[in-house]
Amino acid sequence: MQPELKIVVSNEAAAPQPPPAPPEQVEMPFAVVNGEPVTQLPRDLYIPPQALEVFLEAFEGPLDLLLYLIRRQNLDVLDIPLAEITRQYMKYIELMQDLQLELAGEYLVMAATLAEIKSRMLLPRAAAVDDAEEDPRAELVRRLQEYERFKRAAENLDALPRLERDVWSASAVLTDRKVVRLVPPVTLQEMIIAFRDVVARSEMFAHHHVQREPLSVRARMTDIVASLGGGGFVDFVQLFRPEEGRMGVAVTFIAILELVREGLIDIVQQEPFAPLHVRAAAARQLTADAPDPESRQ
Amino acid sequence: MSDAYRRNVVEAALLAAGRSLQLSDLAQVFTLEERPSDAQLLATLEELAALYADRALELAHTASGWRVQVRSDYATQIARLWPERPARYSRALLETLALIAYRQPITRGEIEQVRGVAVNPNIIKTLLERNWIRVIGTRDVPGRPEVLGTTAEFLDYFGLQKLEQLPPLAELRALAEFNLQLELADPSTAQLADGTSDG
Repeated sequence: MQPELKIVVSNEAAAPQPPPAPPEQVEMPFAVVNGEPVTQLPRDLYIPPQALEVFLEAFEGPLDLLLYLIRRQNLDVLDIPLAEITRQYMKYIELMQDLQLELAGEYLVMAATLAEIKSRMLLPRAAAVDDAEEDPRAELVRRLQEYERFKRAAENLDALPRLERDVWSASAVLTDRKVVRLVPPVTLQEMIIAFRDVVARSEMFAHHHVQREPLSVRARMTDIVASLGGGGFVDFVQLFRPEEGRMGVAVTFIAILELVREGLIDIVQQEPFAPLHVRAAAARQLTADAPDPESRQ
Repeated sequence: MSDAYRRNVVEAALLAAGRSLQLSDLAQVFTLEERPSDAQLLATLEELAALYADRALELAHTASGWRVQVRSDYATQIARLWPERPARYSRALLETLALIAYRQPITRGEIEQVRGVAVNPNIIKTLLERNWIRVIGTRDVPGRPEVLGTTAEFLDYFGLQKLEQLPPLAELRALAEFNLQLELADPSTAQLADGTSDG
């Protein structure tokens, strides 16, 4: 019994009727596919190899294929007709092998699994109903359902509005960036450290000390303000004269502290552990910048 | 401090930052005297969201914080700015990502078990490069397999605040009680498309 077939070809089919004039009977092709004459009707449904390749590669794995077979026939995954499904599955496997598609090992493992389930179902059951033993298909059903869940979850995930595909982050350009530079405050501790360094150096001049002269703190204060008269920043250590010895250095230091306390001078430090700089307070309004070592007077 | 001022400052911060901002970041933009409380900031953000109601912008709250974004309603038009279409991720990648997202912490082996196929290392590489997943640690079993989980950036990209907001998984239906029957292959009922029957 010849089944009804619809053959889809790229070229026009030659008429399956004998040519009119010459009397000899030549085998006339039913169709010409890809330039090749087809003299025999194909026994299977003919799908061009490339199309089937694309079709079969759309499956993500044996579970996906099984799910497709089940859903296509509107079968209930909870009650799979195992023999039928196994047969269809095997046909697809054979088809893939015929087309020499690379078959992932998992497909063959699934084929073996299906065969095993089928054989377990074929074996005669023990007369006593064993409640503990479950349907041999149960594990497969569980796996199919589990896979389907995540197949759906993946679709749902893809449907969520995604950044840079459905929504975009908004931003605006900031044209004038004002950098806020916080000037670190000078602590007494840092001043004492600087003072200590100066004292250490003054020790070296000790033997040059010729005469002890009583030094007045007030006089020194006046001196310091005078030396800062230019308005620029002066290096802290430059205010000291180590040749005066420890006493002289101490008097200068006290004078500086007094001047700071009275608000007559400013001491600044550009960053922690940087040298200290001193400036007359009167010069504060003139410049608002931190001292630049190059611009020192 | 007026509501409008606070709203404008918050809007300015969100637009200029170039990244999502937490409430603490927004608070920091104000001086100590002006600083609003978290509750006030939330109220301000709501006002801002309301002002955007008729605009192409909207306020989104994701795992990394608050951000202003262009509504998805205009996605088709905006996409034309970049003629190259964004990468469409394969089903394999999406299924793998879904498994990691819903089942984290999860190993590659566990992913393979559900999908029924070996995990493609390129997929994991892509997901790691996008910083959507990360290696959380290793499981204390033979082989010490790496355990994978999702990142805050994954949540940001999908507009979520926390994992709980993922779409719920379909429910597993319980296998009903079946009477086991002998199932023999019935040749007469087996019909294939070609009309031949299988013996």
